Amino acid sequence: MGTPNTYRAGPDERGHFGRYGGRFVAETLMPLILEVEQAYEAAKQDSAFKQEIEWYARHYVGRPSPLYYAERLTEHLRLQSRNGGGAKIYFKRDELNHTGSHKINNCMGQILLAKRMGKKRIIAETGAGQHGVAVATVCARFDLPCVVYMGETDIERQQPNVFRMKLLGAEVRPVTSGTGTLKDAMNEALRDWVANVESTFYIIGTVAGPHPYPAMVRDFQSVIGRETRDQVMEAEGRLPDCLVACIGGGSNAMGLFHPFLDDRDVRIIGVEAAGKGIDTGEHAASLNGGRPGVLHGNRTYLLQTGDGQIIDAYSISAGLDYPGIGPEHSWLNDIGRVEYVSVTDQEALASFQLCSRLEGIIPALEPSHALAHVEKMAPDMARDDILVMNLCGRGDKDVFAVAERLGVEL
Amino acid sequence: MSQDLSNVSRLEARFAELKAAGRGGLVTFVTAGDPDGETSLALLRRLPAAGADIIELGMPFSDPMADGPAIQASSLRALKAGATLAKTLELVRRFREEDQSTPIILMGYYNPIYSMGVEAFLAEATAAGVDGLIIVDLPPEEDDELCRPAIEAGLHWIRLATPTTDDARLPVVLTHTSGFLYYVAIMGITGTKSADEDEIRRAVARLKAHTELPVAVGFGIKTPQQAAVVAEAADAAVVGSALVERIRVNLDDGGKAQEGLVEDVVGFVGSLAEGVRGGRAAA
Repeated sequence: MGTPNTYRAGPDERGHFGRYGGRFVAETLMPLILEVEQAYEAAKQDSAFKQEIEWYARHYVGRPSPLYYAERLTEHLRLQSRNGGGAKIYFKRDELNHTGSHKINNCMGQILLAKRMGKKRIIAETGAGQHGVAVATVCARFDLPCVVYMGETDIERQQPNVFRMKLLGAEVRPVTSGTGTLKDAMNEALRDWVANVESTFYIIGTVAGPHPYPAMVRDFQSVIGRETRDQVMEAEGRLPDCLVACIGGGSNAMGLFHPFLDDRDVRIIGVEAAGKGIDTGEHAASLNGGRPGVLHGNRTYLLQTGDGQIIDAYSISAGLDYPGIGPEHSWLNDIGRVEYVSVTDQEALASFQLCSRLEGIIPALEPSHALAHVEKMAPDMARDDILVMNLCGRGDKDVFAVAERLGVEL
Repeated sequence: MSQDLSNVSRLEARFAELKAAGRGGLVTFVTAGDPDGETSLALLRRLPAAGADIIELGMPFSDPMADGPAIQASSLRALKAGATLAKTLELVRRFREEDQSTPIILMGYYNPIYSMGVEAFLAEATAAGVDGLIIVDLPPEEDDELCRPAIEAGLHWIRLATPTTDDARLPVVLTHTSGFLYYVAIMGITGTKSADEDEIRRAVARLKAHTELPVAVGFGIKTPQQAAVVAEAADAAVVGSALVERIRVNLDDGGKAQEGLVEDVVGFVGSLAEGVRGGRAAA
């Protein structure tokens, strides 16, 4: 197998990225999936749709998000360099978006599509609640009823986000089936969709699920990478040497990576959550600790038993706590275009605190994983190397969980 | 008017017998290994005598996306008791030691099969005496995965049609479908709502305009009366959630089978069979 001419052409017309992706759904959903695909293909060709997204991105979401030179972090890591090196580190600040993360980029795109399709009701799944809050937000803005499925376990550990969704007018339905976490919430949302196909649009929160979702969510998130290209050209006059982003399902990473995939000199690194350590079995690293399987409409790397039963993921970060990963990442992993590494809870916790003190930015626990890897690699890079990390979410939602971990009573 | 059945499959033979008898069939669904392997085998062995014409056997999966609470719970019970795909196939093999005529259709999701390997699974399944497969998350768009290899291995590939399967989509669904067509009478997941009788008649008539295959109708059948109505409107009635619910109510607080579980479930199947077999005889 040779190197492809482009890494950006996928998926094929059947939704495959190499052997990954596809449309593994029940017949009940098939007509609907095909309808979403047609509607999205038509919308993509429509300049009015593009303009609408851009207008809301600018005036409602707050785009473009800054590309920020993290000077103190850069200096801090240069002190640790053994050879006088240490890369120049930039943050792509998607944590400054309305609702506090990159999730809104995708939700805005999908709700505008749902409106175009004449859908009257929105459903979504959420784990940490970030996607749920973003969906509830756009539903409020566009006056559509919203039901968010959330695992009972997650509801307990993410009360602030549950309340936010309710404030925004969404109904949060607790999911008790299975283990009451994100995968079960996704199962339940799919069940709702099967029962309400005529009226309902399902806003999936990450680059996973049946075709066309992985490609569509990636397209809506790619604004991150496109802006980064322009901004780094303006700041440095050249493309970066390295991109780093954290990965649960992988939407913020896909959004940053995709516009750079054909720039072979740009090294690209995805950071999975190793939880308590890959060898403990308690982690969320589908690529580093799983194997290919079929779940939630796509073939991709999954955490599973020898019998093909899905195992619950674990991470201190609820947003990375998913036993699968977007199929395009699985493909990029296998062909070697993107490197996938992992970072533990402890490492992420330390980076969470470091970033807060050095840069005055409290990052979400998700990008704290990316930052932990940046800390490992930046000192060994050259001083004129440029590294861009996606700071995809802010940490307000995590302060209670972190305080508890650090033994601080609030 | 005896028919030469030597060249047809168990499943085709069964539908031919039903046709000759002038009645619709009863398809019973239970999950393999629910609530435990031994009870499951004991139950399976008694289903044919109780009146099950065809057995649909669920392959437990941790994430049964298209199923309602009753079947989800049965799947989890089985997994908790140690069920695996290999054990499901072993269950079929042991059932076949005593029964060579009742068709067994395996129903489930793709991942455990993909995990075992398609080739290994098909070899084991045909050797065990499986007659057909219903794999919920493999639509026609993914036929290269398992559908084509399964047909080559001599298994029936049975697909679900739903109220959303319109006349344009139906031919796609019917491609490669054999044995029978499984019509899901309601929108939604298993075991939640019941469909209306006239709706079912109209739907079956629509399907019959596209295919000569027998049509089995499922989802939402809870009583012998409903089973009778469906079996008269279609070629067979499928009862699933109501059966696994019957298993559930016969468990103790620790989820273990109580004495009399098999009797009770078999009795319920008997009443369904009576409904199916003779609105006429019973009336």
